[in-house]
Amino acid sequence: MSANTAVVERYRNSFLKEVEANVEEGQWVKMCMQCGVCSGSCPLGPAWDHPPQEIFMMIRAGKRDEVLTSSSMWMCTSCYNCIVRCPRELPITHIMHGLANYAHRLGIAPKNQPTRKFAKLFWDNLSKKGRVNELKLGIALYFMNGLVSGIKTALKMAPLGINMVKTKRMSPMEYFGGHGIKDTKGLHAILKKAREIEAAKMQKF
Amino acid sequence: MAKKEYSFYPGCSSQKAASGSNYQVSVDSMCDVLDIQLNTIPDWNCCSASIGYAEGGELPRLALSARNMALSEQHNAGQDIVATCAACWLATRETKDRLLHSEHLMKETNEALAAAGLNVKANQNVRHMVEVLIEDFGYDALGKHVKKPLEGIKIAGYVGCQTNRPFGIQGESFENPKYLDKLVETMGAEPVENYQKKVSCCGGALAFSEPEKSQALIKDIIEAAYDGGADMIVTPCPVCQMNVEVYQDQINSKYKTKFKMPVVYYSTLMSVAYGKDFKQSGLDGQVIAPNKLNAIAKK
Ligand code: SF4
Ligand code: SF4
Repeated sequence: MSANTAVVERYRNSFLKEVEANVEEGQWVKMCMQCGVCSGSCPLGPAWDHPPQEIFMMIRAGKRDEVLTSSSMWMCTSCYNCIVRCPRELPITHIMHGLANYAHRLGIAPKNQPTRKFAKLFWDNLSKKGRVNELKLGIALYFMNGLVSGIKTALKMAPLGINMVKTKRMSPMEYFGGHGIKDTKGLHAILKKAREIEAAKMQKF
Repeated sequence: MAKKEYSFYPGCSSQKAASGSNYQVSVDSMCDVLDIQLNTIPDWNCCSASIGYAEGGELPRLALSARNMALSEQHNAGQDIVATCAACWLATRETKDRLLHSEHLMKETNEALAAAGLNVKANQNVRHMVEVLIEDFGYDALGKHVKKPLEGIKIAGYVGCQTNRPFGIQGESFENPKYLDKLVETMGAEPVENYQKKVSCCGGALAFSEPEKSQALIKDIIEAAYDGGADMIVTPCPVCQMNVEVYQDQINSKYKTKFKMPVVYYSTLMSVAYGKDFKQSGLDGQVIAPNKLNAIAKK
């Protein structure tokens, strides 16, 4: 590092550096020119406390807690509107996913964020057997907020479930077995190794 | 024309008794007519869609898609990988691009795959079925097989998000793609001109976790189809299909609407137009019956 870059490095706030080091596609954040196109593109825009443009500004302003504890990134529907429209070609969708993942990993993402819970259920479901079991996922989803609310949701969703069973697009039998791959052992080994490699890359801040 | 072969990645929703099982039925019928042979990737796994990120992280997610690609390279060498699900296609294609773009990620992904004795090169094209239809066949060739033109049906082409962005179909714009409308026309039906919500988001996976917010989006998608005089909506994506079709009762009770808008796949339309019957076209899988299409299929 030249003397000059060393000076610059010292003046860059450490949260931006942290994001660049530890968040998927985080090295792109500095490229944002604050035009606001992404923020105008989010389908659930009104529900975001801080739309993407603001998140990028907050990262540069060093607002670590406000960013990582925000529920905003969890409102991303992965519609990819922002990506195709951003004049600077930032992979915004992936940065939002990356920030959500990082906050989740650090244990500071909002606890009761429904998409956080769903995403976790989904991953647990798929990583166990290699394929998603929609029925078990659905049932786990209904009950993710506890028994009482689960029963309420299940009753509300029952007509839908019956429609899906009638049209053979859902099977109650799936609960007792259902879909999976043959080489689950191999898949688990792959995922374990991938996690290890990724964990080893994480830098301390 | 000679038989065309592809390395097929069916995806979770296509499985027996899963939400998109009827999609698979119609795809099989359509491929039968077009003489397409789909060689399923042996022991394929879930791609983690766009919701695996929270628990998954980047490398485990890439490893999931890379495992499928590795198996495909091993068993279906020399063929393009084809997916029917938008999310499967997107995840796999994104993985390919990232692996080819970054030596690091390629190396790390292969380290992970080695734990199961696999290796990936990312040397096969990753394509959506719609790309195959348009690029490897073309509208004229697709039109030649039509036995029962879908006359008198007006259809809103709902392209949605992930078949359209970030990759999309070559030569089509992100904001106003026309290929679904052209396919509808090719099958003898009438497309809704300027269907306003053609590329709007249905909420995707958030239809599960944020049902009210997503249903507000879905409501607009259906409303715009009615505004355009549509008899039904057609889509290339199993997530869009499910979200837009199955929550209409709940939307009706919340918004006091009277929606009863059928939502079918492009492959459903094509199967019927190609002369396949009700069941072969996957029409028994519709929660809301597309009456005009059923009538043609039963003729
Ligand atoms: S569209 Fe791109 S450049 Fe504009 S604010 Fe969003 S991320 Fe920044
Ligand atoms: S992909 Fe996510 S961040 Fe981008 S516009 Fe869609 S919802 Fe917003």
